[in-house]
Amino acid sequence: MSDRPIVSVKDIRKSFGAVEVLKGVSFDVAKGEVVCIIGPSGSGKSTILRCINGLIPIDGGSIRVADFQVEKLTADRDVIALRKEVSIVFQQYNLYPHKTALANIMMAPIHVLKEDPKEAEARAVALLAKVRLQDKAGSYPGELSGGQQQRVAIARALAMRPEIILFDEVTAALDPETVKEVLVTIRELADEGLTCILVTHEMGFAREVADHMYFTDGGVIVEHGPPAEFFARPKHERTRAFLSQIL
Amino acid sequence: MNSAPGRPHGTAPQGWRPLPGGTDLPVLMPAAERLVRRVERERLIGNPVLRLEPWHGGLLLLVFLCAAGYVQAQAGADRPSIVDVIWRWTPLLAKGFAFNIAISALAMAIGTTFGIFLGLAQLSRAKPVASTAWFATHFFRNAPWLVLLFYCMFLLPFKVTLFGVTIPLPDWVKATFGLSLPVMANMSEIVRGAVQSIPSGQWESARSFAFTRRQTTWMIILPQCTKRMLPPWMNLYSILTVGTVLVSVVGVSEVMTLAGDALASENRADLLMPFYFYILAWFFLYCYPIARWTVYLERKYAVDF
Amino acid sequence: MDAFFEWFRWLYDATGINLTIFYDAFDRKRFIGGFFTTVRLAVSCILLSVVIGIAGAWLQGSKLRLTRHVVYWYIQFFRNTPPLVQLYFFYFGVGAYLKTTGGVPLVSNVTWAILGLSMYAGAFNVEIFRSGIEAVPKATVEAAESFGFSRLQAYRQIVLPLAFRVCLPALNNNLVNLVKTTSISFAIAVPEMLYVSSQIWSDSVNVEEMMNVLLFCYVGLVGLFVYAMHRWERAMRVPGYGG
Repeated sequence: MSDRPIVSVKDIRKSFGAVEVLKGVSFDVAKGEVVCIIGPSGSGKSTILRCINGLIPIDGGSIRVADFQVEKLTADRDVIALRKEVSIVFQQYNLYPHKTALANIMMAPIHVLKEDPKEAEARAVALLAKVRLQDKAGSYPGELSGGQQQRVAIARALAMRPEIILFDEVTAALDPETVKEVLVTIRELADEGLTCILVTHEMGFAREVADHMYFTDGGVIVEHGPPAEFFARPKHERTRAFLSQIL
Repeated sequence: MNSAPGRPHGTAPQGWRPLPGGTDLPVLMPAAERLVRRVERERLIGNPVLRLEPWHGGLLLLVFLCAAGYVQAQAGADRPSIVDVIWRWTPLLAKGFAFNIAISALAMAIGTTFGIFLGLAQLSRAKPVASTAWFATHFFRNAPWLVLLFYCMFLLPFKVTLFGVTIPLPDWVKATFGLSLPVMANMSEIVRGAVQSIPSGQWESARSFAFTRRQTTWMIILPQCTKRMLPPWMNLYSILTVGTVLVSVVGVSEVMTLAGDALASENRADLLMPFYFYILAWFFLYCYPIARWTVYLERKYAVDF
Repeated sequence: MDAFFEWFRWLYDATGINLTIFYDAFDRKRFIGGFFTTVRLAVSCILLSVVIGIAGAWLQGSKLRLTRHVVYWYIQFFRNTPPLVQLYFFYFGVGAYLKTTGGVPLVSNVTWAILGLSMYAGAFNVEIFRSGIEAVPKATVEAAESFGFSRLQAYRQIVLPLAFRVCLPALNNNLVNLVKTTSISFAIAVPEMLYVSSQIWSDSVNVEEMMNVLLFCYVGLVGLFVYAMHRWERAMRVPGYGG
């Protein structure tokens, strides 16, 4: 197995108009690692995730995901290949309301990856079972609870057979009771060896599941480290201040 | 129960939705909110919405009977009764009314089809296409319907030769085409409004799954738009149906001109009121079910436009 | 100025594009007259319909049931019938009874057009203004009074400006629609732009040119009005409310 990190972000910068959101962020993620990014709102966490899978083009720096140089991709074929490697799950689930849960999961493999519809359906059924929603295959998103919708969204992301999954504050919009069921699902994925990059506020979960923690503030990474050290002995003043507010 | 995404518990009362682009704060009373929502809808259709009640029909009938009764009393016994006269002319008026409906259906079909493409063109990422579509939409929205009718009546050729076949274009076809132009422009606005009201998260998640823009538009966005577009589309149709009486001004024979002809041949100008109210009652009978169905659909789909 | 007009005569000779409204003094006068008639019609109707709207909104709050009902029926009738039919009613229906003994109509067709169209638009305005007034919570007036404003002052400084800003988009829609609807007065022979153009093209046999000029003039006029109202609306917007 190669020692090269599967995601390598070097000194990325991004401005939206006059506002500079990312001011030089660098980090590496090894294959199979689970990484949590925390920080105050507006610190650029969600932007980092979206830059990694190419949804937001960067103004400077470089991003390498597996064998792709993300900022240099132009051809459709390459973008499709990248999006096959990296899937993202959103805070607002963004399921397609006019399709059933099963159809939501099958759509991208059939239309983007051009897989055989029967195979795609079989896989979709298996994925729904994996997130423990096998009896909701024919339900529409509007009929599902927030936690169920988020699990369908995770299954949808898994349908692309990614190496890396990005989670953008996926439990922030959920009731506390349903947060648990989603975290359990994410934990299982992490245990299976999927590379996960999470942006989250769930400190308890992060402490359990993460291999490495990053704290961003003002568009830069202020501190990072393994969770035990990170939570027990934060080195920087800002990290301490932020953690004392949350914990 | 599904909790609305992004809204923490306890901040908004049950069933309350914020205005498009607005705040959560109840700064102004519901009357203002209703007005703002109505404005958004009217702006899409380009005309005020018809709001018909059942008693409108009853009232029309009542006035018709009163007017008829008055004329009857004035006329005296030697003339045929009003009811006889109107009944005698009803088959002809019915044919005229059916013609109005046919014109409205055809103009709606043409206008809707072109309008969808014009609306999608307004959202194109190619700047020249989007600008041209925007200009065409607002050009035909700003032109009065009557002027467009005149334009088509006079400037469309009276026959067209395609592949060696000569197709005559009678007046009513030209008038129908003239009516389809404002329908197309308003449909374009309806489509644009519907597509822009789909949350951007849908576009974002489709992109993150590497769907092409065309796949996203046709497979994900437009199917969600159909429900939202239905109420304003039906309102547009009601307005168009009532607007078909305009073709009488450009010389196409429809129910109003036929009523005028009937009055002239009866040589009784005092029959004008009963006749017109009779025809208005027909328009009401046609438009009212559409209006009720529209209200039902609006409530059922209850979407913020 | 004459040289400018004469150029169009040359244009006719050279290309066959016959724009008599430029080089022929009579047609020019007619067209400009028609244009200004349209503008005058639009302005008069806008003003009168706003007055009707304010009066109707005020009367709707009256204590007398009869007044409230009259206003209500007025709105229902003028809202739900085609304006063309309304004009016919006024001009041919009511106008037929309003004649002097010599058979001369007492009310001219232009007056009927202004009256009819104003009543049509006024019906919508009554609802709009009513919604605007109802939009401001009584609590706001109470809050103002608790700061020492008199009732009149509270209305002038707080309620009316707020109500007006809420009404403006709806009023905007309605007035734009009204300006477009003035073209219907063609049907009762009001010498506005459409009617005058039809006279010009039947005299000078230049239908295509006149139709194009007419279309562009109308679109330009309405477009200008839409733009001005849009600017005004943007300047008057209550931030964070109503998109």
